[in-house]
Amino acid sequence: MAAVHDHDIAHAHDHHPTGMMRWLTTTNHKDIGSMYLWFSFVMFLTGGVMALTIRAELFMPGIQIVNPEFFNQLTTMHGLVMVFGAIMPAFVGFANWQIPMMIGAPDMAFARMNNWSFWLLIPAALLLIASFFVPGGAAAGGWTIYPPLSVQMGMGMDMAIFALHIMGAASIMGSINIITTILNMRAPGMTLMKMPLFVWTWLITAYLLVMAMPVLAGAITMLLTDRNFGTNFFNAAGGGDPVMFQHIFWFFGHPEVYIMILPAFGIVSEIIPTFARKPLFGYSSMVYATASIAILSCIVWAHHMFSAGMPVTGQLFFMYATMLIAIPTGVKVFNWTATMWRGSMTFETPMLFAIGFIFLFTIGGFSGVICAIVPIDIQVQDTYYVIAHFHYVLVSGALFSIFGGVYYWLPKWTGHMYDETLGKTHFWLSMFFFNLAFFVQHFLGLAGMPRRVPDYALQFADFNMISSIGAFGFGFSQLLFLYVVLKCIRGGEKAPAKPWEGAKTLEWTLPSPAPYHSFETPPVVR
Amino acid sequence: MSALQANSVIMKKLLIFTVVMFGFGFALVPFYEKICEVTGINNLLQADTLTENTQVDTSRWVTIQLDANTRGLPWQFKPLQSSVRAHPGELVEVMYEIRNDSNREINGQAIPSYSPQLLAKHLKKLECFCFSKQVLKPNEVRQMPVQFMIEPGLPADFDTVTISYTFFELGSDSAADTGERVNKS
Ligand code: HEM
Ligand SMILES: [Cu+2]
Repeated sequence: MAAVHDHDIAHAHDHHPTGMMRWLTTTNHKDIGSMYLWFSFVMFLTGGVMALTIRAELFMPGIQIVNPEFFNQLTTMHGLVMVFGAIMPAFVGFANWQIPMMIGAPDMAFARMNNWSFWLLIPAALLLIASFFVPGGAAAGGWTIYPPLSVQMGMGMDMAIFALHIMGAASIMGSINIITTILNMRAPGMTLMKMPLFVWTWLITAYLLVMAMPVLAGAITMLLTDRNFGTNFFNAAGGGDPVMFQHIFWFFGHPEVYIMILPAFGIVSEIIPTFARKPLFGYSSMVYATASIAILSCIVWAHHMFSAGMPVTGQLFFMYATMLIAIPTGVKVFNWTATMWRGSMTFETPMLFAIGFIFLFTIGGFSGVICAIVPIDIQVQDTYYVIAHFHYVLVSGALFSIFGGVYYWLPKWTGHMYDETLGKTHFWLSMFFFNLAFFVQHFLGLAGMPRRVPDYALQFADFNMISSIGAFGFGFSQLLFLYVVLKCIRGGEKAPAKPWEGAKTLEWTLPSPAPYHSFETPPVVR
Repeated sequence: MSALQANSVIMKKLLIFTVVMFGFGFALVPFYEKICEVTGINNLLQADTLTENTQVDTSRWVTIQLDANTRGLPWQFKPLQSSVRAHPGELVEVMYEIRNDSNREINGQAIPSYSPQLLAKHLKKLECFCFSKQVLKPNEVRQMPVQFMIEPGLPADFDTVTISYTFFELGSDSAADTGERVNKS
């Protein structure tokens, strides 16, 4: 690998292939970052179409648009596509673009492997989408692919398992790359404790990925052999245990949800100080909070299984451990707020998204703590309350931070300023419709509406209609985002090297747009 | 050490870590089984022993409904009586019957399931056909007893409970399907 890498760098200077070949063979971190972001956006729209189909069906009680089997395929694939296709690759896209520029490195450590980790995603995504068209349709047992359903389903499930294997391998390769880059390629003078927080959160996320992803790979390998080779890991008839799958899955699954939020913390921690024009409050406590969240996230998994059958001691352990996570999370929210306190704030689009993030993510954190309380969770498990919880942390958390990050760095990436008015419009539309779609789901859940059902009792009708209207509004607002980004790529006001007066990190010392090769001689950090 | 060497050192360490974590996922299987065994959570397939001298609680009756299902194997499976009435603490014996309708020898394993879930804690089974796999020759019929007791500790608001069994076919080819794995005891 090392030798290949050497060769790549030497090559890249000689000639650029053009057209399709440029993108297929590129080892440039900026190209790869862009591809990740576009891939993620396409998957976001794909998953979004599924979500809107779900919401259209749930607009009214009764079965109107899709049959129940297809509905189940939609909820499953919506989850898988959004988690593995939209959110995770988007953050890897940010990592590719930003980490080398923020630590003063010329590129990622393993440039060829970087190219591979991206291109592996394409066959994986195609497998997922194609599984809709095979006999029996796509996987339909929920994105958590619990047995016994996942052992019984048709070949769509095998395709989903393969897709997960490929995406897992790609994530692991990407993480190895990120860790190596951060540990070995920082500019002279940039000690670990001087790294921008975005870099820190990604370092910790990447460690979580190499820890958790192989466990998922193990679980789905067992599923695959149960399905096809007669083993009985999860098959009760053969002495296996379906509940064991849940344990192994969530041993991966809970760290996974933090994999989707830690980089978001990083992005927000870059945006807030910039627009508050103050250094981040409590930098080192932010680093320690991130690390403790990551460590704690490995011992809380069974809070997803309170109703699956567990001794009371186990329930209590997982309840308290889960509540413990709220403390470092609270430290972060406190620090962001303290950073803004008496800052000279301005409210450009990235800042709006960051503040929206803090508000709404905190709501999601609170509903998480409520879910962590065993007697309550036994009531709300598998209801819309849980759906509301994780959309508050994933959509208004992870996704809002992605929007904020895109607006924040677009001038650096494209060399143009985006249209501020349209950006703000995008924010306010997203904010309004997001809450319309998801806030009422708390009420639905508390009233007992189960998740993953295509039809529901009449008393849930009003809130579902409101939620569906919100979902469609939110979905269509994202087309505005696409328009703003395209417009910014094509032209617009010329961006200076440092368009944000309060920005401090290294990438702003480069001209905008960032040159194809940057920091070939490392900057010196004092 | 050059930068490239340093990079590949980290890569190697992380790859080893990845492989270890992959193995860890599989190691969770015996670990999980051990925990279930030690804490007695998953003893569906083990005979219970009656330790203390249980008093029969003649002041109330519990109706035990018997249910039988098959999944994916050509057997007839039924209890000889659909329900029994007993006092908590009383020893009960019921009979089930299986018949192989096909013309091949089939290995089956019955897995119990209780309703309410709480029953699992208060049901003591001394003898059950589900403790081992059943092998039926073509057209063979077999009657099998289940001997159990419902502990007086079962909360009084349950006057009806259900014991359900489902027979699954065991493949004869896979290693995991040997009797040892099924008979965890
Ligand atoms: C203070 C922090 C948090 C706490 C205390 C918490 C707690 C919980 C609990 C107890 C559940 C299980 C609810 C149930 O199934 O009944 C849950 C579900 C979930 N949480 Fe969180 N959570 C927190 C933060 C997050 C974050 C940051 C994310 C992701 C970015 C997240 C994503 C999810 C997801 C996706 C589920 C549902 C999984 C499923 O069943 O499909 N949570 N959370
Ligand atoms: Cu969790």
